[in-house]
Amino acid sequence: MSATPHPAALALKLEGVEQRVGAAIHLYPLNLELVPGQLNVLLGATLAGKTSLLRLMAGLDAPTAGRIHEGSRGAWRDVTGLPVRQRDLAMVYQQFINYPSLSVRENIASPLRLRGVAKGELEQRVATIAEQLRLTPFLDRRPAELSGGQQQRTALARALAKDAGLLLLDEPLVNLDYKLREELRAELLQLLRVRNTTVVYATTEPQEALQLGGNVVVMEAGRVVQSGPTLQVFSRPASLAAARAFSDPPLNVLPARFDGTRGIATLANGAANGLASGLSGGLEVALSPAAVAAVRATGVNEFLLALRPHQLHSEPGGCRSLTLQGTVELAEISGSDTYLHVHTAGGDVVAQWRGIHPLSLGSRAHLFLDPREFFGFTCEGAALFAPTAAAGET
Amino acid sequence: MARIELVNVGHAYGGAANAGTETRWALRPMTMTWRDGGAYALLGPSGCGKTTLLNLISGLLTPTQGRILFDGKDITQLGPRERNIAQVFQFPVLYDTMTVFDNLAFPLRNRGWKEAAVRTRVGEVAELLDLAADLKRRARGLPPDAQQKISLGRGLVRTDVAAVLLDEPLTVIDPHLKWLLRRKLKQIHQQLKVSLIYVTHDQVEALTFAEEVVVMNHGEVLQVGTPQALYEAPEHTFVGHFIGSPGMNFLPCKLGANEARMGDVTLPMDAEWLARAAAAGTEHQLGFRPDAAEVLAAPVASTAGAAWQPARVQSFQPMGTHSLLQLGFGGGSVWVRAAAAFQPAGDYVWLRPLPGKLALFADQRLVPRSATEASIAPHASTPEAGAAP
Repeated sequence: MSATPHPAALALKLEGVEQRVGAAIHLYPLNLELVPGQLNVLLGATLAGKTSLLRLMAGLDAPTAGRIHEGSRGAWRDVTGLPVRQRDLAMVYQQFINYPSLSVRENIASPLRLRGVAKGELEQRVATIAEQLRLTPFLDRRPAELSGGQQQRTALARALAKDAGLLLLDEPLVNLDYKLREELRAELLQLLRVRNTTVVYATTEPQEALQLGGNVVVMEAGRVVQSGPTLQVFSRPASLAAARAFSDPPLNVLPARFDGTRGIATLANGAANGLASGLSGGLEVALSPAAVAAVRATGVNEFLLALRPHQLHSEPGGCRSLTLQGTVELAEISGSDTYLHVHTAGGDVVAQWRGIHPLSLGSRAHLFLDPREFFGFTCEGAALFAPTAAAGET
Repeated sequence: MARIELVNVGHAYGGAANAGTETRWALRPMTMTWRDGGAYALLGPSGCGKTTLLNLISGLLTPTQGRILFDGKDITQLGPRERNIAQVFQFPVLYDTMTVFDNLAFPLRNRGWKEAAVRTRVGEVAELLDLAADLKRRARGLPPDAQQKISLGRGLVRTDVAAVLLDEPLTVIDPHLKWLLRRKLKQIHQQLKVSLIYVTHDQVEALTFAEEVVVMNHGEVLQVGTPQALYEAPEHTFVGHFIGSPGMNFLPCKLGANEARMGDVTLPMDAEWLARAAAAGTEHQLGFRPDAAEVLAAPVASTAGAAWQPARVQSFQPMGTHSLLQLGFGGGSVWVRAAAAFQPAGDYVWLRPLPGKLALFADQRLVPRSATEASIAPHASTPEAGAAP
């Protein structure tokens, strides 16, 4: 690490911040607080409002309403609409943005030169950061002479060299192919962990959010639907919207009917249509006492059962007492997993199986379910219950 | 449709004068047969030679050496038109102002088909691509995925093509719609039995689409195999790395008579396998997939044996559906996939690569295990292994 002590990581507080462009609402009023030195992930689909929010945080745009405060060592200042040049922050974009006429070395050095860092220290810091991002052999090249991965490494190196108190990353790896993305994500994570910087990292990919860890802010259509420690939001989503944002391949949602006297749920479509096998009366899901209480408290008998794709197992066993049968529509192979699109009488579902399973179109698939792994939501999308921690192991 | 044979085909841009040195080949000389009606993908990073190979098949390029045969007939010197190849590109290629029907009919009318036959065939292809309802609409107003389906339809409409070549055809498609088009392609292949050759740098595309994948790097074909074979038995370290996420772990190793040594880790291995590996090359690597190892948070009574090794935790990432660990092991760094609930108890965990899933590479090429699974079984059934919870 550099000899110079890091400046303090910044706190950021957004109060009633909203963004409208003409009649279009890009961000509904939101409150958000970022703790200094923490890694924050903005997770949401394209157009969820992630980039709008990052631009407000950076001061690239001013909000339509609301205030943004920045905290440093306990002192707060209002930075609403303050130009980015007067802020202590660095930003990295999806596109590989570098100074085309400058060498990689000068690109990395530019924020240090602006700040008037002495020559010896400047050279040392450029060398260190170039080494960390594996750019040392390319220091004398220009960005156009580099591969996409190296160009984005250069942009990241420049942002890290600045050593700002706030680092904003807007889907920085999205334009790289998957092997480069995998490699750079792991390296970036190591670099960010040892830094005393507040990081905000926007991504559309739940897997990336989980890998980054830290805190997550789940966004959907201009709203913050949930925020909190990443793993906690993943395992206990507060709403169907948060659960969906955190599931790729998509969450499986099955309408269910509650039978309060027996403490079970019946899959609404499936039961009559022979969705279930091995159970003559239809697919009945035994609910835990807590789940029964939660559904009963709503006073409504219709609700939604949801399962993440990895909970539609390829093998029976343990508590997987339910079987779904269907026809394979496609076996997609992603990384080390197979995503199985299955058409069942009760609706289309996606299963995520470990390893490569060469199932041909139209073949029969059996999916084994553990009733303890279901999420429950009201028809309006509020969370009713989540799987217990013990369930869900594969 | 045709069987496609490539016989000692190599290509160097700038011609034979450039072909002398190994590094000048855009495509190193190779021999390969693609069966009639197969679905193949050419997969590799940019600059690997896959587009060169595609252009050699379509006739846009004439190879510097070797012969190309369609159903046994030498077509090496023929141009693209005479080869009867249909192509689908990254971006929709169609006539904006024409209707969907006229776009699909174009390749047939161009070849003098009778109008009644055109109508029947276009109807069939439109039905297959779910375009039947749009036949009277102009192509211009349709969304990108529909436009790309028209391009695909134009490639498939002729019944006499030797093969349909697809060059990154899903580039412009919205991520949420990609799987629908992937399924459409698979259905078409299943129903029409056309020979399809699909070029992509995207593993998901290639492995989802193809019956067999041709993995290329630096102008060389490294392996041709089913997706499962590429994952479970990569023949080259690049294939092991490129397929799967994270890729296969590789550790440089020194070979003994009955064991392989990686840093401070020694794993007993089959003597005959080791001897073949030693004869096959000078640099050796041991490989295993991140899901081909067992991991324990704490030592159990019997972990002192050879099977379990301490490994230093470099990073630990709970991924919701599973956990990923990066571990200092055997003088290098490896990724291991553990259960979602796994939690390291300290700086070290205990690791045991599954003996049956180890791969050995000599100068980056796989050294097959031969049929000697049984000879390593004693290690697999040690008391240590049995003690795993």
